[in-house]
Amino acid sequence: MSEYFSNIKTGATTIATGMAITLKHFFNAVKRKGDAGIDDADYFRQVDGLCTLQYPKEVIPTPPHGRYRLYVNIDDCIGCRQCERACPVECIAIETIKTTNDDLAVCGKTSGGQQKRMWVPLFDIDTAKCMTCGICQSVCPTDCLYHTAVADFSEFDVRNMMYHFGNLSKIEAEAKRKKLAEQQAQAAKEKAATGAPAAKPAPKAAPQQKPGGAE
Amino acid sequence: MSSSPSLNTWSDALSGFSIGWFPLGLVIVAVIPLVFIALYALTYGVYGERKISAFMQDRLGPMEVGFWGILQTLADILKLLQKEDIVPTAADKFLFVIGPGILFVGSFLAFAVLPFGPAFIGADLNVGLFYAVGIVAIEVVGILAAGWGSNNKWALYGAVRSVAQIVSYEIPASIALLCAAMMAGTLSMQQITVMQAGPNGFMHWFLFNNPIAWLPFLIYFISSLAETNRAPFDIPEAESELVAGYFTEYSGMKFAVIFLAEYGSMFMVSAIISIAFLGGWTSPLPNIGGLELNTMTSGPAWGAFWIIMKGFFFIFVQMWLRWTLPRLRVDQLMYLCWKVLTPFALISFVLTAVWEIYR
Repeated sequence: MSEYFSNIKTGATTIATGMAITLKHFFNAVKRKGDAGIDDADYFRQVDGLCTLQYPKEVIPTPPHGRYRLYVNIDDCIGCRQCERACPVECIAIETIKTTNDDLAVCGKTSGGQQKRMWVPLFDIDTAKCMTCGICQSVCPTDCLYHTAVADFSEFDVRNMMYHFGNLSKIEAEAKRKKLAEQQAQAAKEKAATGAPAAKPAPKAAPQQKPGGAE
Repeated sequence: MSSSPSLNTWSDALSGFSIGWFPLGLVIVAVIPLVFIALYALTYGVYGERKISAFMQDRLGPMEVGFWGILQTLADILKLLQKEDIVPTAADKFLFVIGPGILFVGSFLAFAVLPFGPAFIGADLNVGLFYAVGIVAIEVVGILAAGWGSNNKWALYGAVRSVAQIVSYEIPASIALLCAAMMAGTLSMQQITVMQAGPNGFMHWFLFNNPIAWLPFLIYFISSLAETNRAPFDIPEAESELVAGYFTEYSGMKFAVIFLAEYGSMFMVSAIISIAFLGGWTSPLPNIGGLELNTMTSGPAWGAFWIIMKGFFFIFVQMWLRWTLPRLRVDQLMYLCWKVLTPFALISFVLTAVWEIYR
């Protein structure tokens, strides 16, 4: 019998306690909980209150070292294709065209001062596939491929998740390809003409001759 | 029929009004509670509950449609109207279709005896309280029709649980209301309210008139939660166990009607507890000396305001409980009803009788 009454007492007190807690939260709804992160010292001293974030309108900034959307600074890319080989999900597709010697100046140097020897007409990253593992970033010799802090890049059409970073348009790429093919054909012809005797000087002489010959 | 000359003047005048043979006034008397249910369910019932639950859980609730999401319910209604009205192939079509109807009519019929202020009541029956308690039992038929007609195991389980729960909890609820009837000496809703009117405001209410009245008040409140299938007694529609209980198979407007019935009965039990223990449409404010607050806040319009506010207060408590307490198990439900509430209801019945004889 005493258990019966103690059960009722426990029921009444626990209901009262629970209702007091919910009512406290109800009245706290006029306040907003601060946006201190877990690493802030006063994280546990924030006021109780609404903690909903109205996402597209209010955003907690992603940390600057965040590893989200992949980005290529194509001006620094030397077309080594190491990232393409390293990618475990094959989300990077690269196409390169060797730069002809007269174009070396146009092709330019990386910000690190390294001469670029490749045009990169196609540098596609399928961000829908990318799993942000960061391996490509670690193998990149010029540090031009890196994950950025941009976290929200959803699209209505999955095809828009394909990011194109290539630095040549299709027409330009076609022109460069043609130029390279012509030059290679020329070099082969000259090689055939000079023949075996001039085998040794040819590699040195040929590049110097080619610019004049081609233009 | 009425002791005070101003009682029921509006509804009596309305019911006498007719165009030719057509009793338009009677139709209006019936339409007023219906419009009230619809409006209150739309605003306080759905939007209010979503906001209150959100605030209790440190959320914001609906925010996108209109200022602070105020048009969210309208958008939901528009969506429900466009939805296909599905009747499952294997369902018992007749029962499936009339289930929500019976459910709504059951909760709506009780509004006939709820006095919305001293001047308006659908029907001032001399057995009003008894009628209200009895007519609500029709809801059980609607729930069973919906659950059985759906031909779905979740729906049937929900309906069976619901029927067991409602039929059980009607006993402590009725005994608790009997205490109020004993204090009033009448079963007419208007007369019970008039008994609690007076210049001292809330001091005349039955809850404060009798040292034991808090017990039947509490018992009726707990039982009314069970009768309306509200948490913590929402085992008939326990989401985590039964999908949605007896209305699992319902969609579109039939689903909306079931929800309207639930909100209708929520207000109905809240109004009944206000009438039985908290003075119905009487003003809670007392006359303090020359400051006649009670007289100032009495009258037909103020009466409607007070009864609706008291009803809304209890609906708030229902929501508050819903977002506080976990659901009871079926055996705990029956334990609470038969081993706790019923004996205590009988004790309070006897004590109230003794108090009424010897005070």
